[in-house]
Amino acid sequence: MNVVVVENLSKRYGSIIAVDNFNFSANEGEILALVGPDGAGKTSIFRSVCGLLNYDSGSIAVSGYNVSREFDKVKPHLGYMPQNFSLYPDLSVEENLFFYAGMFGLKKKEFSEKKKHLYQFSGLGPFYDRRAGALSGGMKQKLALSCALVHDPKVLMLDEPTTGVDPLSRRQFWDILKELRNSGSTIIVSTPYMDEVALSDRAIFIFDGKKLAEGTPAELPRLFSGKAYRADVTPTHELMEKLGKIDGLSSRRFGSSVHIYVAENDALENYDSQLETLGIQRDALHEIPPDLEDTFIQLMGR
Amino acid sequence: MEHAVTIDKLTRKFGDFKAVDEISLSVDKGEIFGFLGANGAGKTTAIRMLCGLLLPTSGSGTVNGHNIFTESEKIKQSIGYMSQKFSLYRDLTGRENLLFYGSVYQIPNGDLKERIAELSESLDLKEFIDRPTESLPTGWRQRLALAASLLHRPQILFLDEPTGGVDPVFRRKFWEILYRLADEGTTLFVTTHYMDEAEFCRRISIMHRGKIIEIGNPQELVKKYNQPDLQETFISLISRGESNG
Repeated sequence: MNVVVVENLSKRYGSIIAVDNFNFSANEGEILALVGPDGAGKTSIFRSVCGLLNYDSGSIAVSGYNVSREFDKVKPHLGYMPQNFSLYPDLSVEENLFFYAGMFGLKKKEFSEKKKHLYQFSGLGPFYDRRAGALSGGMKQKLALSCALVHDPKVLMLDEPTTGVDPLSRRQFWDILKELRNSGSTIIVSTPYMDEVALSDRAIFIFDGKKLAEGTPAELPRLFSGKAYRADVTPTHELMEKLGKIDGLSSRRFGSSVHIYVAENDALENYDSQLETLGIQRDALHEIPPDLEDTFIQLMGR
Repeated sequence: MEHAVTIDKLTRKFGDFKAVDEISLSVDKGEIFGFLGANGAGKTTAIRMLCGLLLPTSGSGTVNGHNIFTESEKIKQSIGYMSQKFSLYRDLTGRENLLFYGSVYQIPNGDLKERIAELSESLDLKEFIDRPTESLPTGWRQRLALAASLLHRPQILFLDEPTGGVDPVFRRKFWEILYRLADEGTTLFVTTHYMDEAEFCRRISIMHRGKIIEIGNPQELVKKYNQPDLQETFISLISRGESNG
């Protein structure tokens, strides 16, 4: 069932088109990732769905209610974690939760039930009396998520919740998201990390306010056109510059090796001699499946 | 080889809390060194000591040959520092920002204009250097911030999460620039939460609860711990550190 339906959404700021006739929907019990560069329109979409932005045209429904006309009915269904979520740094973990619970009208008794559950999955229980300002980055994000969950929303809107968070804390954060998804929540999350796209159920690539592509993490790399190769050579800056000058090829560093891409109607054979002069022999090149990042970069066309 | 940074048992306490607990490492000139760790592990405190902004409690160390206890002013002159939170004046253009920061470093006006032209060329700023910075995407603002940190030709550049929240295309461009700087002899000391970037470093250290728990070449560490990639290596090392209390 579609819990969030966005149709023909458009938003302009002066002459800049932030969101351009955008359509998508999110199902019950799925994690949908929105991926795109800075300024692609992700935050405008999030704010529109959460009723915080007057969009120019289109329609948005959450749990069957129209966001612009029936926001009072939408509000209890939505949990929103903006990019710079404000916790009260001088209040403790529990006081922050209590504050948000109060905003959503939870009774004291309801809150003490709710908090047990939130502590259980966030692991914040032992830190209930620590000042929010003294939490590490990963724990702050878990507290912010807990605050957004205090009223049991069906739909969670998370705008880059893990930017600046270390890999272990990100892993733990995503474990929580999967648990919420498994219990039926719909989660729409934006992220700059491709490994998180791989953890989501479906992803939408966004660029310049438009949808570039949509699909599961397994489907998206199939949109890559051409072939990708791994060259087992040391990616010095000099090598990368020279590779960049070969017309028809594109390349990028990948850890301690180099990835080389050839267009659909072209073939690696055509570049044998040029690659050899750079010290890349044929037997050092291995065809590899393109990954999400390859696909994203190609679709962005930059 | 000459060292750009050497520290031995460097420690910083806040009250009873050891934010940095006897860390030792050395960084070669022209090396790209990745300084990794979980949030709250003590990385920022360590970098502040290396930049001459915070006095250590104990231990010893030099940066560009200057003692971190007694020569912090000399250190500040010889290093560059850039962070994700770097502030550019939003109402000013990129060029005006660079002129401002150059005057803070007391670079003579003629030299400064020349240096800005040079950086505009090498960091590819021409397209946007004369626009107000507030309208620029993060990736471009970061390149301006990098230019500002390079105005006084520092021998070492400290980069504290320089690419946080930036898309993959911008991150790659940024790293090609860092590689060129290293080729030209600048030492780079970088913190990042992106493990693909950490793999671009010649060596990395992993910090947990104030201590350095591992240090080495990223590809060798992955092999040593028999993990599929650096992300898993990092996660397993930090989780192990957690369960050891």
